[in-house]
Amino acid sequence: MWSFFHKLGSPPWLYRISGSILRWLLPLTIVALFAGAVWGLLFTPPDFRQGNSYRIIYIHVPAAVVALAGYYVMAIAGAISLIWKMKMADVALRASAPIGAALTFIALVTGAIWGKPTWGTWWVWDARITSMLILLFLYLGIIALYEAYDNKEAAGKACAVLALVGTVNIPIIYKSVDWWYSLHQPASIKFTGESTIDPSMLYPLLFMITAFYALFTCCLLLNMRAELLSRERRTGWIARLVAESR
Amino acid sequence: MNATTFFMLIVRRQLLLAVRRPIEIANPLLFFLMVIVLFPLGLGPAPAQLATFAPGIFWIVVLLANLLTADTLFRSDFDDGSLEQLLLSRQPLYLSALAAITAHWLLTGVLLALVSPVFALMLNLAPSAIPTLMGALLLGSAVLSLLGGVGAALTVGLKRGGMLISLLILPLYLPVLIFGHGAVVASVGGLPVAPYLAILGAMLCLAIALAPLAMALGLRISVDA
Repeated sequence: MWSFFHKLGSPPWLYRISGSILRWLLPLTIVALFAGAVWGLLFTPPDFRQGNSYRIIYIHVPAAVVALAGYYVMAIAGAISLIWKMKMADVALRASAPIGAALTFIALVTGAIWGKPTWGTWWVWDARITSMLILLFLYLGIIALYEAYDNKEAAGKACAVLALVGTVNIPIIYKSVDWWYSLHQPASIKFTGESTIDPSMLYPLLFMITAFYALFTCCLLLNMRAELLSRERRTGWIARLVAESR
Repeated sequence: MNATTFFMLIVRRQLLLAVRRPIEIANPLLFFLMVIVLFPLGLGPAPAQLATFAPGIFWIVVLLANLLTADTLFRSDFDDGSLEQLLLSRQPLYLSALAAITAHWLLTGVLLALVSPVFALMLNLAPSAIPTLMGALLLGSAVLSLLGGVGAALTVGLKRGGMLISLLILPLYLPVLIFGHGAVVASVGGLPVAPYLAILGAMLCLAIALAPLAMALGLRISVDA
């Protein structure tokens, strides 16, 4: 167990193992995303109130769920980097920030597209939407801080501190936005998801959420490999890797 | 030297530095005044309308004033090397960070709270809400100073920290905005304000316990980089 943990600190080992994971995970993810989309879009019954427009749920909800989970992945990587000074944790932190930001953005955009036919408006200052927007800002803050540092090792540590501060703050921000929303209760808009979801719609949704987690993992590993190659480009193992591939 | 003496010494030093350059103290106040003037010009001078927006205007301007001054918190200490002396000192960095924040709070948050009744009258806020406004400003601005300090510590080593710090810190300021604003609105409406002030106080407790730790880590990273 511990030897596995220590090996994670070694760039060549991580590069090799991530390569062999990606070899089967990446095709599997693409197939799962395709299958899940087909299942959700073609083989589920239409909603009795929203008709077919609800089908965007199969992109919207998985993106939102994984975007939130991504912040915790980032914060845990940050904690590992600060506690055990593990360089690979910095790489993981840096790699997960843009993926999380992209997923948050997808969740916001699909939410707006879904909102137009359902609520009749692109944007509502609803508690959940506002919280997602703030999450996007938190992700962008991490990326901006990382890019501002020239010394990438310090950048990783600074982002780790910021990610941890953000983690403490996320529950507070969420609760206070909920509170704010209950003060400014708008009149007629209501989330339609209150009725329990039918199994025929739930299973493809769960399938898509799993597929999105796999997608997050694939993107994380690909990003980490790219970051590793650029950080370690002057080391011997990269030179050997290039020599082997020729 | 015991911890309390050390703490008081740092606070005294920061205050002295500020008093020697009075314009640094006046800047946030002038900024506060000028931004407040923008709102009647932008939203229209109707007294009833201004009174509705006044709590929000106050908090947004306090947020911005805090943000602008947070950037300079550790800057001069970083440039002249006294920050490194604090890092090397036998006293914990937690304490020096907390002392620097206390001085910052006294010079921005407390000053803004003290002058806020004048601006409240200019914006036609109900006079009965003024004590709540001052209390909420005192508590809330301390939280803002602590959070701003974290952003300042993380960006002090960077040449262009000014814009970046707002991106990092503004999302973290939002709970203070929501509850500070809520307190003043509740007070205008004659509702109990104690829950809002209690939540602001709870945020302050959490921020005092954790923010100086993050600041200490951030200062070490910035000096090492």
